[in-house]
Amino acid sequence: MIIKQLSVFVENKKGRLLSIVEILAENDIDISSLSIADTADFGVLRLIVDKPNEAKAALKEAGIVVKITDVVAVVMEDAPGGVAAALRVVYDNDIDVEYMYAAIGKTTGKALMVLRPSDLEKAEEVLTKAGFGAVNPGDIYRI
Amino acid sequence: MTEPMRHVDIETMPREKLEALQSERLKWQVKRMYENVECFRNRMDEAGLSPKDIHGVEDLHKLPFSYKSDLRDYYPYGLFAVPLTDINRIHASSGTTGKRIVVGYTKKDLDNWADCLVRMLKAIGIDKSDVIHIAYGYGLFTGGLGVHCGAEKLGATVIPISTGNTSLQIQTLVDLKATVLCCTPSYALYLGEEIERQGLKDQICLKMGIFGAEPWTEEMRKQIEAKLGIKAYDIYGLSEIMGPGVGCECEAQAGMHVWEDHFIPEIIDPETCEVLPKGSVGELVFTTITKEGFPLIRYRTRDICQLNYEKCECGRTHVRMRKPQGRYDDMIIIRGVNVFPSQVEEVLLKVSEGNITPNYQIVVGRENNIDTLEVNVEMSEELFADDVKSIERIERTITENLRSMLGIGAKVNLVNPKSITRSEGKAVRVIDNRHLV
Repeated sequence: MIIKQLSVFVENKKGRLLSIVEILAENDIDISSLSIADTADFGVLRLIVDKPNEAKAALKEAGIVVKITDVVAVVMEDAPGGVAAALRVVYDNDIDVEYMYAAIGKTTGKALMVLRPSDLEKAEEVLTKAGFGAVNPGDIYRI
Repeated sequence: MTEPMRHVDIETMPREKLEALQSERLKWQVKRMYENVECFRNRMDEAGLSPKDIHGVEDLHKLPFSYKSDLRDYYPYGLFAVPLTDINRIHASSGTTGKRIVVGYTKKDLDNWADCLVRMLKAIGIDKSDVIHIAYGYGLFTGGLGVHCGAEKLGATVIPISTGNTSLQIQTLVDLKATVLCCTPSYALYLGEEIERQGLKDQICLKMGIFGAEPWTEEMRKQIEAKLGIKAYDIYGLSEIMGPGVGCECEAQAGMHVWEDHFIPEIIDPETCEVLPKGSVGELVFTTITKEGFPLIRYRTRDICQLNYEKCECGRTHVRMRKPQGRYDDMIIIRGVNVFPSQVEEVLLKVSEGNITPNYQIVVGRENNIDTLEVNVEMSEELFADDVKSIERIERTITENLRSMLGIGAKVNLVNPKSITRSEGKAVRVIDNRHLV
């Protein structure tokens, strides 16, 4: 399933991350997953939240650069080899992984992963076909 | 429809006639300044010159220069050419480049000043039906009152809002339906962004704007025009010479006309002080030939400029000055290399393909006796991507372009939007932490 991810520019300054999550808290936004990619100079914070559009508006209002990016939610067995099986499907279909990170879902016995592939539609299609898709949006956004 | 000119005979005067007029006025000015201004008299005497040696504009190059430091050395009234009883108004410059300076105007000076502005306003098609929102600073700064008096003389509706309080500015633009905006270009851009952000663009009635008091680029003009949906005109001025309106664009937007019946501009080589051939780039120098209260002969502006003597398509014969390409004072020397903020701006505009507000700040420091150069660039939604690689590519492109433009390396920092100090008057473009004496 394709889901909405918030991508946020994080300036390399003390307290920047904190101020971002505080803005989300003030606006009653629930974060279900996050990851940060950082360089020596700046970072990109990626978030899965319950209300992506509201979150974007609130951050923008505060002068923070934010974008909504489409990513694929991948559901797999919460057992050894789970991630490998999913990635095998991606690899076999000649899709590149731009980035990925683990996410928290509600479905018992399953693990959740957020994937940003080089080809979004194709990745979604092949993963769904292989049984790694089909997630209830509520499970991911925790609505 | 183009407005009729304020003074058709003067504004379209053939050069020969214009020079004859300048010659008469120059002689008058030199004589009275010699009699009334001690500093000028001393310099003339030192150069072995008497007012009789000046027969016309052809002798202008013989006259001694005057400098910003004169205004400080003779502070407050030492350079005035009339007694204080004849001075009608005082202005003072904030001194972005040093100590405060004071200038004075007689009744006639104020009239002439307003007239210069009326000429400009008409030259860009403004008439008495326009509502002019003046967000230049009022008070001792010449910007606000200067444009104000011209706009009033034209008979337009003037809103003297002055600077500051952006939300009030926007509310006023919406409520009072101003058609003309006057402010600094960086503030115009900021207003444009705020108006866009608040979704009020369709409630703004602006047709055009007159922007000056700080350097700006053609790309900034395009951005302002697009963001506010207006035509953006350039105005040039400095308190020492008069204030806003020393130079100003006409509808052709092809250089700023300098009203040569009041001011004679020259371009000189700042090193040798020789007058350069027409069309050369050099330091802009002004002589005021009608100013009574605070006249200056060959005043060194420190602005890097170029003059175009060709007749303009608007029909005016008065010389056009190019937008100053920087100031010799703004030049920073980093590791022995001359760096102008305008060069950095050029790189950023190129890299962003005109997409991003060119807000940046140059920070110069010194570590282990070596100069360091950092350029802070504000991140924008257009530049941002969700993957680190793309952002790093932009950072690298800016760094590489800066290196080839400046000839030295610079460290580029991407910072949050609107995090760089945007003064509602002038933008702080350079921070020099070297504290060299």
